[in-house]
Amino acid sequence: MHELGITRSIVAMVAERATGHRVLRVKVELGRLSGFMPEALRFCFDLCTHGTILDGAQLDIVEVDGLGRCLACGLQHRLDIPMGRCPSCGKPALTIVAGEELKIREMEVI
Amino acid sequence: MCVTCGCGQTPATLLAPGDDDAHSHAQQSGHRHDDSCSHGHSHGHQHRTEERTDTNLLAALGRDARTIEIEMAVLSKNQALAERNRGWFAGRGVFAMNLMGGPGSGKTTLLERSISELRGEVPISVVEADQATAFDALRIRAAGASAIQVNTGAGCHLDAQMLAAAVERLQPQAGSVLIIENVGNLVCPALFDLGEAARLVIFSVTDGVDKPLKYPHMFRAADVLLISKIDLLPHLRIELPQMIDNALKINPKLLVFALSAENGQGMQSWCGWLRERWQVARNAA
Repeated sequence: MHELGITRSIVAMVAERATGHRVLRVKVELGRLSGFMPEALRFCFDLCTHGTILDGAQLDIVEVDGLGRCLACGLQHRLDIPMGRCPSCGKPALTIVAGEELKIREMEVI
Repeated sequence: MCVTCGCGQTPATLLAPGDDDAHSHAQQSGHRHDDSCSHGHSHGHQHRTEERTDTNLLAALGRDARTIEIEMAVLSKNQALAERNRGWFAGRGVFAMNLMGGPGSGKTTLLERSISELRGEVPISVVEADQATAFDALRIRAAGASAIQVNTGAGCHLDAQMLAAAVERLQPQAGSVLIIENVGNLVCPALFDLGEAARLVIFSVTDGVDKPLKYPHMFRAADVLLISKIDLLPHLRIELPQMIDNALKINPKLLVFALSAENGQGMQSWCGWLRERWQVARNAA
């Protein structure tokens, strides 16, 4: 459950930016290869926002698919886990192009 | 910080030499979930599937909301602290390595043997992280190296801030090796940069050949793979090459050492690598 520490960071960062305004919604970008689970983030968000200026705020999670680029032939291919053989040339060496995001994108305040 | 509920302000507990009786601090200074801090898991928080929407809330408040773009990486604070640690190590010629692996994979035993093999040659100090107790720091000190114990309480990994606090207490000497033995866990430690120069993952031959495939994040994040307890191979139906192959499928750049801290097999080449990295770091400062 490392999501709790992370959610706490999200709440702290948003609260700092909100400078006292009430926060209604937070949009987070979460890669499918990030190692963080959206369900766990949602669960923790409710706990961590309680009693803060984010209390009752909605958490929108935009999930980003994993994308790898083969280091041998350059083909970009979808990844469900942070490994995989290139569907074209079969080589395992790759760089991850997308899917490791864990970013706060925006917030709605009043 | 309480990573169980995210509510506390209590930092991880540090146990320096002489503090060994203090391993109950985590309980004393930490908050409890059974007392007045009951918000933890029992309050009836509303789930977002309920009908309340932004629009309703806005109407109730009678004001316009505005959207602010932020674009901040959530781990950016940890990353910045990790970079500061990295600079601190580099400036002092300290080779810092982060040793990660599941509980019982042989992390502390490997360190005891390595310290003993390199004694009088390579100065080594150790940051020991466990959820509770100072047992491992005591073992490391008995092996002849200085050590500080970090108790993470409910936390499942070290972060850059905890390491910075531990290093400040430990004060590793310039031109030395600092080994960070992370909390026994094959998942979370992989996600947090501490500012180390090398990341090592250790697992034992008794863990099974498919361990790397089951924990790809950890094996992908590592630079070096240590396969421990190879003295047990004659008793197991395990093929070492297959184990290595599975790890390389995830991370073809892994440098692999197979060793036994029990009978010393493979220790020479592992200690050779450690010595080499120590010299490089020391000479670069």
